[in-house]
Amino acid sequence: MPHDALFASLAAAIPGVQFESAPSVDLHATAFIDRNEVPLVARALRDRPELAFDVLAEVTAADFWPREPRFELVYLLVSIGHRRRLRLKVRLYGNDAHVATVTGIWPGANWLEREVWDLFGIAFDGHPDPRRLLMPEDWEGYPLRKDYPVQIRKEAQVGEPLQVSAEEFRANVLKDRLTRQP
Amino acid sequence: MTTPAIRTETMTVNMGPQHPSTHGVLRLVLELDGETVLSAAPTIGYLHTGIEKTAEQKKWQQVIPLVERMDYLSAQSNSIAFCLSVEALLGIELPQRVRDIRILIAELQRINSHLVWLGTHGMEVGAVSVMLYCFRERELLLNINELLAGFRLFPSYIRVGGLREDLPRQFHETVRAFLDRMPVKLDEYEDLLTKNEIYVERTRNVGRVSRDDAIGYSLLGPIARAAGVDYDVRKVFPYLGYETYDFAVPVRTEGDAYARYLVRVAEMRESLKICRQALERITPTGAYAIDDPRITPPPKDRVYTEMEALIQHFLIYSQGFTVPPGEAYVPVEGPRGEQGFYVVSDGTNRPWRVKSRPPSLLACQALEKMIVGGLIADVVAVIGSIDVVMGDVDR
Repeated sequence: MPHDALFASLAAAIPGVQFESAPSVDLHATAFIDRNEVPLVARALRDRPELAFDVLAEVTAADFWPREPRFELVYLLVSIGHRRRLRLKVRLYGNDAHVATVTGIWPGANWLEREVWDLFGIAFDGHPDPRRLLMPEDWEGYPLRKDYPVQIRKEAQVGEPLQVSAEEFRANVLKDRLTRQP
Repeated sequence: MTTPAIRTETMTVNMGPQHPSTHGVLRLVLELDGETVLSAAPTIGYLHTGIEKTAEQKKWQQVIPLVERMDYLSAQSNSIAFCLSVEALLGIELPQRVRDIRILIAELQRINSHLVWLGTHGMEVGAVSVMLYCFRERELLLNINELLAGFRLFPSYIRVGGLREDLPRQFHETVRAFLDRMPVKLDEYEDLLTKNEIYVERTRNVGRVSRDDAIGYSLLGPIARAAGVDYDVRKVFPYLGYETYDFAVPVRTEGDAYARYLVRVAEMRESLKICRQALERITPTGAYAIDDPRITPPPKDRVYTEMEALIQHFLIYSQGFTVPPGEAYVPVEGPRGEQGFYVVSDGTNRPWRVKSRPPSLLACQALEKMIVGGLIADVVAVIGSIDVVMGDVDR
C-alpha cells in the first residue's frame, strides 16, 4: 500500500488509537477510528508537525440503512505542507448517532457539521450552533437518510403574516441566536 | 443647562434574501451600530432542492446534468469533478486526448466564471461598464459551448469515460480566435479597474481574511490564495495531466477584496496560457472516449448498421452501467476553489451517495468573519469579492 508511511507516523504520533486502514482507489489514505477518539485524533492530526493536517476539506456522511452500524461519518483532511490527504471515517449506530464536534479544532467544521445534522440527523456534541442549515427549521425528519421517502406530499404552510412588528422581528432574530460580537 | 441624553441603540437590518447584490438568495441579518457592522448572521437554504437526494435515484450517467446545475457558473468543472470520481471507482485510464480536451474545457470554464464574477462585482461597487465588457467576452465562451454541445450553460459534454462526442468542425479556429482576442480584453478590464482610484478605495483593506483564518475556514481557492495560502489542486494534487503544463499560481498576501481581484485576473491570464498549450496538443479528430462497450455507447452509424452495436446502445441507455463498490473523492481546482464529489457506490447502476464539496458554502461561512467590524457599505463589496454562487451553497 502506498500510504504505509503515513499510517506508521499516525500510529507513532497517536499511541493507543486503533487505525483500521481501508482500501482506497483515490489519493486519500483511508482509516476508520472509534467514535470516542475523534477529538484526540483530530487535535493530534492538526497540531503534530509531522502530520500537519491543517485543512478540514469536508465533513459528510453516508447512510447504509438497513445495515448496522448504518452511518459512516467521513472527514476529508488536507495537509498543505506535506501534500497529503487523509480520509478519516467513523462508524455510528442508528440509535446512538452522535459524535464530538471538531469545530474547536477546525472552525470551518461549523457549517459542515450542521449540514450533516440537518440531512442525516447525526448529532455533534458540544457544537456551538446546533441548528439545521439547509432545511427549514421546523422540518421533520432527515432527508438524506435512506429510510426517508424520496417524494413526500406536504401541505404548503401559509398563515404566517408577512408583515411582522418590530418586536416580533427582534424576537425572531434572537431566536436565530444572533450574538453580539465582542 | 443640561443636554438631553442621546438615545443610542443598535439597529437590526435584514439584507436579502431578495437583494440584487446577494448573487441569488443569501440572507444576512446585520446588527449595526451606526454604519459599523457589529454582527452578521448569514442564513442559507432558500435554494435547497435536494440534488444529492435526487442523484441517488438516477443512473450514473444521469447525474451529470444534475451536478452541472449545482454551481451553475462552472457547469463543466462540476461534471469533470464528478466524472473523475466515478472514473476512479471504475479504474478507468483516459486517453491522452480526452485529458487535454477536458483541461481546455475546464480552463475556458474558469475564464467564463471569472468573467461573470468580475462583471457583477465591478457593477456592485459602481463600475457598471465592466459588466458590459465582461459579458461581451463571456458570450464568445457560451458560443463555444454551443458549438461544442448545442447547449450554452449546461452542455453535459463531459461523460463518464470521456466525452459525449468528438470535437465539432471549426472548434480549433473558434477557440484560437477567442484566445487571441482575450489578452487585449483583459488589459481593457485592468485599465478600467486596477488603478481606478474609486475601485481601489472600495476594495483595498476591505473584507480582509488572514492566512490562518483562510486555512481554518477551509477556504481552498482564490480567497485563500489572495491571503497567502499557496495551494492550487492543479499543482499540489495534479489530475488530468496538469503537471505537464506550464503555468503559474498567482498568490497575494494582503487577503482583502482587492487582492482577490488581482488573483482572479492573473488566474485568467494563466488559464489562457494553459488553453493555448492544450489547443496545440489536441488533434482535430481522434479518440474522444475510452473503448469500453460497457460504459461508452457506440457511434451512431454503427448503431444503425450493426446488431451488436444496437444491443449495446440499448443496454447503456436503458440500464446504464454498474460501478464497483467503494468510495472516491477526486479534488479538482474549480473557479471558486477546490471542489470535488464524494461518491459512494454499492456496486449497482445508481450511486449510493453523491456529495459535492461546495467552495461557496465555506466562503459564505467565512463571510461573517470578513464583514464584522467593517462598514455596511462594504458588505456588498465583500459578498461580491468572495464570488458565491447560491446554487452551489444550497444545492
